[in-house]
Amino acid sequence: MSGRFAELRVDRVRRAFGSHVALNDMDLTIKGGEFVALLGPSGCGKSTALNCLAGLLPLTGGRISLDGRRIDHLPPEKRGFGMVFQNYALFPHMSVRRNVGFGLTMRKVGKAELNRRVDEALRMVRLTEHAHKFPAQLSGGQQQRVAIARAIVLEPPLVLMDEPLSNLDAALRLEMRTEIRRLHQSLGLTTVYVTHDQEEALALADRLVVLRDGEVQQVGSPEEVYAHPANRYVAGFMGYRTMLPVTVTSWAGEHATAAVDGLTLTGVNRDRLTGGPAVAAIRPEDFAVTEQDGENTIRAEVEIVEYHGREQAVQARLPGGEPLHLRTTSRLAPGDAVRLRVPVERVLIFGADS
Amino acid sequence: MTTVALRHRLAERGVDRVLLLLVPGAVFVALLFLYPFLYGLQLSFQPKDGGGPLANYRRFFTDAYLRDTIWITLRLGLPAALFNVLASIPIAYRMRGRFRGKRLITTLLVVPITLGTVLTAEGLIEYLSPVGWFNKVVMALGLVDEPVRLVHNYWGVLLSLVITGFPFAFLLTLSYLSGIDPTLERAAATLGASRGQRFRYITMPLLAPGLAVTFCLSFVLAFSVFPSAVMVGEPQGETHVISIAAYDTAFRDFDYSMGSAVAMIMALVMLVVIALVLLWRTTLYRGATGGKG
Ligand SMILES: Nc1ncnc2c1ncn2[C@@H]1O[C@H](COP(=O)(O)OP(=O)(O)OP(=O)(O)O)[C@@H](O)[C@H]1O
Ligand SMILES: [Mg+2]
Repeated sequence: MSGRFAELRVDRVRRAFGSHVALNDMDLTIKGGEFVALLGPSGCGKSTALNCLAGLLPLTGGRISLDGRRIDHLPPEKRGFGMVFQNYALFPHMSVRRNVGFGLTMRKVGKAELNRRVDEALRMVRLTEHAHKFPAQLSGGQQQRVAIARAIVLEPPLVLMDEPLSNLDAALRLEMRTEIRRLHQSLGLTTVYVTHDQEEALALADRLVVLRDGEVQQVGSPEEVYAHPANRYVAGFMGYRTMLPVTVTSWAGEHATAAVDGLTLTGVNRDRLTGGPAVAAIRPEDFAVTEQDGENTIRAEVEIVEYHGREQAVQARLPGGEPLHLRTTSRLAPGDAVRLRVPVERVLIFGADS
Repeated sequence: MTTVALRHRLAERGVDRVLLLLVPGAVFVALLFLYPFLYGLQLSFQPKDGGGPLANYRRFFTDAYLRDTIWITLRLGLPAALFNVLASIPIAYRMRGRFRGKRLITTLLVVPITLGTVLTAEGLIEYLSPVGWFNKVVMALGLVDEPVRLVHNYWGVLLSLVITGFPFAFLLTLSYLSGIDPTLERAAATLGASRGQRFRYITMPLLAPGLAVTFCLSFVLAFSVFPSAVMVGEPQGETHVISIAAYDTAFRDFDYSMGSAVAMIMALVMLVVIALVLLWRTTLYRGATGGKG
C-alpha cells in the first residue's frame, strides 16, 4: 500500500491501559502532503497516538480510515506507514546500507532498483560515505539520519516520527530540524511528528495538535495556536509564562478588565467571562519597561535577572507577591522598582478553571 | 613513580583496582579446578602396568569397548543438547514480554531442574516401564501389541537428559531473548516484514550467538551424563557412556591412572565440540542487541 492519499481520518480513536485512558476520543483529519505536529508534555499520550496510527498498538475504540477505507484492523506491515522511532531502532547486525534497504528487501524489489533507491536515500540524508558502517559505529545524528532514510526509502504514504531529535545536542538538533523540513518538502511526504518542544513544533509543522492527558486541546496552524491559544493550558505551553490570578471586574465586547493587587489589567476576554476569578496570561516579550504610569501599566520589583546576551530574562514580583516573567533589553538589577506596560491585545484572560 | 601516575598508566591499559576483586575467585578456581586437572593429567601419563607414558591412551583407543564410549556419549549428548536448544526457542519466543500467568508457566517449565536426576529417573521408570501407565494406556488403546521399551535403553537416557536439561536451556534462551530490544521487531514490522520474516531476519541473527553458548553448556551437561545412564539406561551396553568408563576403571578396577586418561579424553572431546561451535559463532554478529539485558 504505497503512494499518495487525499485524507487520513482519525475518528474518536481511544486507547486505554487498564483503567488509565492514554488517548481519549481523538479526532483528526490529515490531508495528503501535510506536516502535522503532535505536541504535549511527557505522558500526554503522543507516542500512544503515533503507535495507534502505525498499527503497533491496537485501538480500544474508534476508527482510522484512509481515503474512506478503514485501516485500523490492519497489522503494521500491511499499513505500510514509515516510522522513525525515538531510540532509532536500527538493526545492529546490519550495515547502514542493509538497514536502509531492509524494507525494499521485504517487498522483494529487484537488486538494481534496490541499489538505486538506497543510494538515492543515503545521498538525501548525506550518509553515502558511511554506507558500509554498522549502527554502533555512527554518531547519534548519523544514526538518526539512517532511521529517517530507512523510513522514507519506501516512499510511504505517511511518515510517523516519534521525538526523533530528542537525543541530539542543540546544534545538531537545529540542523536536523531543517533537514527534516527539507525532506518533507522535496518528497512531498505526509508527516506526523511527535514532540514536546513547542519551538520545534512551531518551526516544522503546517498544523499543530496540542494534547494534554490524552485529550486534544487545540488543533490549528502555528500562528493560530501561538497567537490564540484555546485555553490557559495551551497558552502556558505556548510560552505565556506569566499567569496572574485576577478577578474580572468589567467586560465589554471582546475585552475584559480585571483587578490584581490593586492594579487593573485590560485584555482579551477569551472565555467570554462575566465576572469572577480568572487568569491573565502574558508572554515575557510582551512586557515593555516604561517611565510613566498609563493604561495597562503595572508596578513590580525586580527579583532575578538572567543574562541572555542582548536581552535579559527577568523575574519580578507584584506588590502582592505574584511573579511576572519578562524579557527586556533595558538593563535592570535585582531590587529595582519598574513600571511595565502590556498591550491590551497581548493579555489573554481565561476563566480560572478552564 | 607516584602511585597516581601508576594508576593512570594502568587505567590506559584498562586495568583498574576493582580488578583486584577477581583475585580470590582466581585463586579459588586454581585450587579447585586447575590443580586436580593438572594432577589428573600427569597421573594419566603414569600407567599402572608400565608401557610408556601413552600406554593408557593406546589402550583406550584399541579396546573397542572403551573406544565406543565416545560415540555412545556423543550420540546421547548432541541430540539432547540440540533438542533442548531448538525446543526452547519457540517457547521462549512466546514467553517474552509481560502477560498474565507468565510466572506460573516459567515455574512449571523450570521445576525439573529442582527434581534432580534421581527423582526424574524414578519417575521415568514408574511412568514408562513395560508395566507403567504409558504402556498400559497405549496397549489399552490398541496402538501397540506389546509394551514399547522406553527405559533401560538409549531412549530412557535421552528422555532423562531432555527433562533435566531443557529448563536450563530454556532459561538461558529466555534471558538472551529478553536482551533483544523489542522495538527492533516493531521497526521491522513498519518496514513491511511479516511475523516470520521478523523472526528470521531480526530475532534469529541476534539470538544465534547466545544459542551457540546455550548449546555448548547444554552439551557439556549432557555429555557428562552419569546417574541417568545407570538408572534408566543400559550401563554396560547401549548407554555405556564415557563417564561410566572413567568411573569403572578408577573406582572398580582401582586403576586411577587409566581413569584419569579416560577423563582427559572426555574433556578433550567436549573441548573439540565446543571449539567447533564457537568457531561457527565467530562468523556471526556479536555486538549489542539493543536491549536491557
Ligand atoms: N504499556 C502501557 N501500559 C500502561 N500504561 C501505559 C503504557 N504505555 C503508556 N502508558 C501510559 O499512557 C500515558 C501516555 O503514554 P505515552 O507513551 O503515549 O506518552 P508520551 O506523550 O509519548 O510521553 P513522552 O513524551 O514521555 O514519550 C502515560 O501516562 C503512560 O503511563
Ligand atoms: Mg513518547
